[in-house]
Amino acid sequence: MIEYQNIFTQVQAEAPDYPGVPIGKDEEHRMGGPVHSWLAGKLGDAQIGPIYLGPSGFLAFICGFIAFEIIGLNMMASVNWDPIEFMRQLPWLALEPPPPEYGLSIPPLHDGGWWLMAGFFLTAAILLWWWRTFTISRNLGMSNYLAWAFAAAIWLYLVLGFIRPILMGSWSEAVPFGIFPHLDWTAAFSMRYGNLFYNPFHMLSIAFLYGSAILFAMHGATILAVSRYGGDREIDQVTDIGTAGERSMLYWRWCMGFNASMESIHRWAWWFAVLTVITGGIGILLTGTVVENWYLWGVKHGIAPAYPVIDAVPVADPMMMEANQ
Amino acid sequence: MKTHHFLRATVAVLASTLLLTGCEKPPPETVQLGYRGVGQELVANPKILAATVAANQVPTPQPPVSSDGPRAGDVYENVQVLGDLSVGEFSRLMVAMTEWVSPEEGCNYCHVDEGFQYDTKYTKRVARVMTVMTQNANVAWGDHVGGAGVTCYTCHRGLNIPANVWATDPGQPHAPGVMTAGQNIASVTAAYSSLPNDPLTPYLEGDEEEAKDLPWRVAGRTALPTGNRSSVKQTEWIYSLMMHFSDSLGVNCTHCHNTRAFYDWEQSSPARVKAWYGIRMVREMNNKYVNDTADWLPDHRKGPMGDPLKVNCATCHQGAYKPLLGANMIQDYPNLARYTLAAKTEPAAEEAMETAPMDDPEAGDAMQEAVEEIIEEEMTTSE
Repeated sequence: MIEYQNIFTQVQAEAPDYPGVPIGKDEEHRMGGPVHSWLAGKLGDAQIGPIYLGPSGFLAFICGFIAFEIIGLNMMASVNWDPIEFMRQLPWLALEPPPPEYGLSIPPLHDGGWWLMAGFFLTAAILLWWWRTFTISRNLGMSNYLAWAFAAAIWLYLVLGFIRPILMGSWSEAVPFGIFPHLDWTAAFSMRYGNLFYNPFHMLSIAFLYGSAILFAMHGATILAVSRYGGDREIDQVTDIGTAGERSMLYWRWCMGFNASMESIHRWAWWFAVLTVITGGIGILLTGTVVENWYLWGVKHGIAPAYPVIDAVPVADPMMMEANQ
Repeated sequence: MKTHHFLRATVAVLASTLLLTGCEKPPPETVQLGYRGVGQELVANPKILAATVAANQVPTPQPPVSSDGPRAGDVYENVQVLGDLSVGEFSRLMVAMTEWVSPEEGCNYCHVDEGFQYDTKYTKRVARVMTVMTQNANVAWGDHVGGAGVTCYTCHRGLNIPANVWATDPGQPHAPGVMTAGQNIASVTAAYSSLPNDPLTPYLEGDEEEAKDLPWRVAGRTALPTGNRSSVKQTEWIYSLMMHFSDSLGVNCTHCHNTRAFYDWEQSSPARVKAWYGIRMVREMNNKYVNDTADWLPDHRKGPMGDPLKVNCATCHQGAYKPLLGANMIQDYPNLARYTLAAKTEPAAEEAMETAPMDDPEAGDAMQEAVEEIIEEEMTTSE
């Protein structure tokens, strides 16, 4: 029984090197390996490589490296090139977007120009990588679910760092590159625009995010629970449902009266995942551009209830009190 | 066998519950501050609270003395700001001040052997400025200090320099030419966030006129955009100051705000109004009093940028939501809650102070100006 409760793969099939299906003229883009690793086999497939890099993969790597270097070296410069301080302060360090006074103009390198450049190369790397996800699935004769899911995430990324700043007329509206700084930015963003929790698209995004997590857990648990009956051969069971599929579907039907099918569960999961970032991107896009204060928007549309004040005399703005005196 | 399984399951459930709730020991206590369900509550760890209580005990007051008899200003030489005290009260206050500020060094922390009247030591001149500052806080800033008021002990707690003071932060040394936006290093002032690392210099030092241009009320006041151009970056400045508030008082945001609408006064707790006056009080303390000592204060009492060590929220609060947890010391030292230069000008001074509009730095009271003039004169003559 214990093998089903283990985080590590319990069955490792020994197989000779497998380079993958022939892909014609792009054959030379497959490089490295293959090697076999027992440890890798504990987590996934025991064969590592070859990797299909291709021109887009190569360029994506170069662009990503340039962005990484620009960000890292700017962080390093902000602690006076001190490697110890760099390590100590790393979670706090950042490459900031330009200050508001530059608007959408190109600022000097030291005052946000590096941020713009890092953003350009990072975006180029991401888009090139997206192209790679698209072409690889095409080469393998797959449809493009993966590429479109990745595109959904890129949509949120572009809204935060590119589309919304342009609509707001200022690069300074974008997110800094940094570990804590981007979190502080997020909190400040919510406060500036009157509490993002009242943004219905933020609500949807959270629902889909948490939903994705619970669907993933439910699905993983269900399949592991019936893998003793061959349930891990999910694709076969879509059309040829065996006792594993029957049991897992009965389980949920008995639990909650309704259940996914062997096919539909994957559609649920895919849509929950992509809707997380699609709705999130819409929510960010609307913030500041068409909605100024989400809490007041919520009041206006009846989603923010009013509560009685605690004191007999409600607190008043002292600035108004002073002005009235 | 079944019992065995049940037992194992029970133990597992109990252990995981303990693991989750036992992250902070002892379990924190929650005090409701707002309407039920809105999360306006104070979360306190009883252990930390007990330490706070222990650290905020008030020293036994000096035995009371008569306020009758000759005035200290008439009897002693060079009594500039406490002249209106009786000789007994004057001595009593000096003893108390020694206990509060220089218990180890004694009188000689401020005075010289040649005579009490000499202003040889800078500490004595600082004490004079600080005395007027304290009196001003109690007389003019009741909206912040309330009935409990402040004394030297509120900040000093037996130390020459209060444990929590600040000076302008030069920031992390960085390569020339790199703009750090004043943020993105571990900032103690901003409670170890990466927010702007010195919110105190802009918000708590300048005069009222300078402060007007700062990003205070950044949040939108309307559902839809109506021209508020405050940026997220500006929001981070006031956010940083708020982190300093929270850290200094040992409270969370909900001490003052209903966090669903940070901006809204009507949903805020009364503590927010206190804080509003506190900002202005501290700014006056730094701008009008502390920085007044800049010309003659020795370098070791200044920060790396050469400005005097100044007051912020933590200077008095020291981690407690009310300094000394609200203990009223001023009832035992009423002379720190009035201007005591000379009896004849006092009522006028108090009246002037109460009616002076707060945002007009020129409209101070006559008493205040007189005190400052004397202090300034004294400084130039003794230099």
